[in-house]
Amino acid sequence: MPGRPRVVAGATIDGFTIGAQIHAGGMATLWEATHPDHPGRPLLMKVPRLREGEDPAAIVGFEMEQMILPRLSGPHVPRFVAAAGFERQPYLVMERILGTSLAARLPSLPLAAEEVAAIGARVAEALDSLHRQAVVHLDVKPSNILFRRGTGEAVLVDFGLARHRLLPDLLEEEFRLPYGSAPYMAPEQAMGVRGEPRSDLFALGAVLYQLKTGMLPFGEPQGLKAVRRRIWRDPLPPRALRPTCPPWLQEIILRCLEVDPARRHPTAAQLAFDLRHPDQVALSPRAEKRGRDGWTAVLRRRFDPKARPVFRRPAEEADAVHAPIVAVAVDVAEQSAAMAQVLRAGLGPIMASLPGARVACINVLDLRRAAPEEGENRHVQRLVALRHWAAPLGLPEGRITYHVLEAADPAQALIEYATANRVDHIVMGARADSLRRRLLGSVSAGVAAHAPCTVTVVRPRGVNAGGAEPGRA
Amino acid sequence: MRIALLADIHANREALAACLAHAARQGARRLVFLGDLVGYGADPCWVVETVRARVAGGEAVALLGNHDEAAVSPRGPVGMNPAAAAAIAWTRGRLDAEAAAFLASLPLVVEEEDRLYVHADASAPARWRYVAGTEAARRSLAATAARITLCGHVHVPGLYGLTATDKLVAHRPAAGVAVPLLRPRRWLAVLGAVGQPRDGDPSACYGLLDTGRSELAWMRVPYDVATAAAKIRAAGLPESLAARLERGR
Repeated sequence: MPGRPRVVAGATIDGFTIGAQIHAGGMATLWEATHPDHPGRPLLMKVPRLREGEDPAAIVGFEMEQMILPRLSGPHVPRFVAAAGFERQPYLVMERILGTSLAARLPSLPLAAEEVAAIGARVAEALDSLHRQAVVHLDVKPSNILFRRGTGEAVLVDFGLARHRLLPDLLEEEFRLPYGSAPYMAPEQAMGVRGEPRSDLFALGAVLYQLKTGMLPFGEPQGLKAVRRRIWRDPLPPRALRPTCPPWLQEIILRCLEVDPARRHPTAAQLAFDLRHPDQVALSPRAEKRGRDGWTAVLRRRFDPKARPVFRRPAEEADAVHAPIVAVAVDVAEQSAAMAQVLRAGLGPIMASLPGARVACINVLDLRRAAPEEGENRHVQRLVALRHWAAPLGLPEGRITYHVLEAADPAQALIEYATANRVDHIVMGARADSLRRRLLGSVSAGVAAHAPCTVTVVRPRGVNAGGAEPGRA
Repeated sequence: MRIALLADIHANREALAACLAHAARQGARRLVFLGDLVGYGADPCWVVETVRARVAGGEAVALLGNHDEAAVSPRGPVGMNPAAAAAIAWTRGRLDAEAAAFLASLPLVVEEEDRLYVHADASAPARWRYVAGTEAARRSLAATAARITLCGHVHVPGLYGLTATDKLVAHRPAAGVAVPLLRPRRWLAVLGAVGQPRDGDPSACYGLLDTGRSELAWMRVPYDVATAAAKIRAAGLPESLAARLERGR
């Protein structure tokens, strides 16, 4: 076997010139690097610690990252550049993220609710991108969250504990102990379940709790037994520590910190949606909680076998998004009763078959032709009309939200909304054949052509076959 | 280089033709037939001739399977269930001397670079034990030095990885997903069956190994199951052999 090249500043390995050491952690060291094939691009070389007696998790974590990182794409992960295995000097080279780590904010805690929500939404969007690529991070904590300079997009780093649903889990059989960061680890992870995407939502909830209160929700437990305490002992509600914490933020944080993953947000996209729309968060008793649960409840959770949560491994086939965000564009000002009915009929089966799905009812106030007589109240009037349209759907608060967008280009506004809110499916009506459609073009055709997701265009039968609706200009 | 790994064809012409066409489109330059060319199915002659021609052309290597052995050995089927034994008896009556000689010439094990090809358990290839679990995988891996062992026989895809510290991971491969076979781990991959899948998915399964990237994918190829099953029935072979192609179990 050839000699192992030494990783030191100034050395060159496989064309990568090594620069300054950036960080020396327990599992790996990080180095600046450059390569003539990547001019002007700052790179990062990660080198696992391999000395005798080092934690074997360092090696397996490196293998996991070597396996997972090349399979990830998008702005929310560092771009993979190169890797070398254990035959010689193992390393992983990736894009060096220029920007700051969330850990840099820890000295300035607590943060304002609005900033906590904005940070949380960006991290949740990054997690959504990751989960859609079949990967669960399982080590979400401030030091593993970076924000890109310029765009501010969140980037998740360190996939050494991550799980790819379609690849072998090298960690699961290797270690008896569940690995993760104790303050943020989800209870099911502490019980050895790897691969539950909502474990990342729990960890993010713990981060948001910390950002808002300056405290860790479960302290810094040492050892697994102490970590598992969170299965039966609930944290002090954020508002008990920071009375200025608004109810909607406490609702979101405590929902993330639910022991049973099924009681958390179904997806990271839905969590991001709530964080982006505080006024639309459905408040439960969680929002008003002022103290921890009483000892009787805690003792029951701890000692009553019937109250003990059962953590299941998520089904291998959990491929599709079972909790989609559906946006329905409702033209409350113009649409016929027939169209209103057809739109509801298009939405009903989706909401009935997918209990985790939520719908965002959207009306676009077309600034090019908004009737001036609607005046100041038009926004409110449109919201009232949206609620009226949606009432027959019979959806509970929490599964439905209402939004009025003001835009000069309705198609563009819908596409931007769908992109920003990680919408999975847009349902909208086709405009009846009319002079206006001929002059302005079809909004639905524009959305269908350029939307980032599935688009269903509904139309009452016969509208285009000469049966033009009355009252159309 | 991309290598197509085809196990347990079992005289299923429709499945083999579909997999060979698929592998060619994927850029496979070499073919490895991991045993059990015959048995169960109604097209032993076409399958053996197709494999023999590929081997003669130098683009393929073929291994012996227990059904191939039973079809040409003087002992006949030993320890097989009645349906399998009936199909072997039927097959023996159809193979010509050239096909029988080809099957009889097949090796139990072939090693190539860092890979070992075998039909069943590499620790005792002629005993035809199933590698269907971590203990069997450990036994097979312990018996060889090859970095990657590729076998069939089970008709259900599986993957086992062994570290230098003797830790074993098991994985159920997903269709079409390339799994990196990282060094310095050693790996044992069980391919699904081309001609008689038993994992609930009736589509034909074969493996695609990218040696440069060290990645293996279990490909699934839909084929004309109805015709293959109809031929089994027309040949008077046991009905259960036709029905299980349709169910994939």
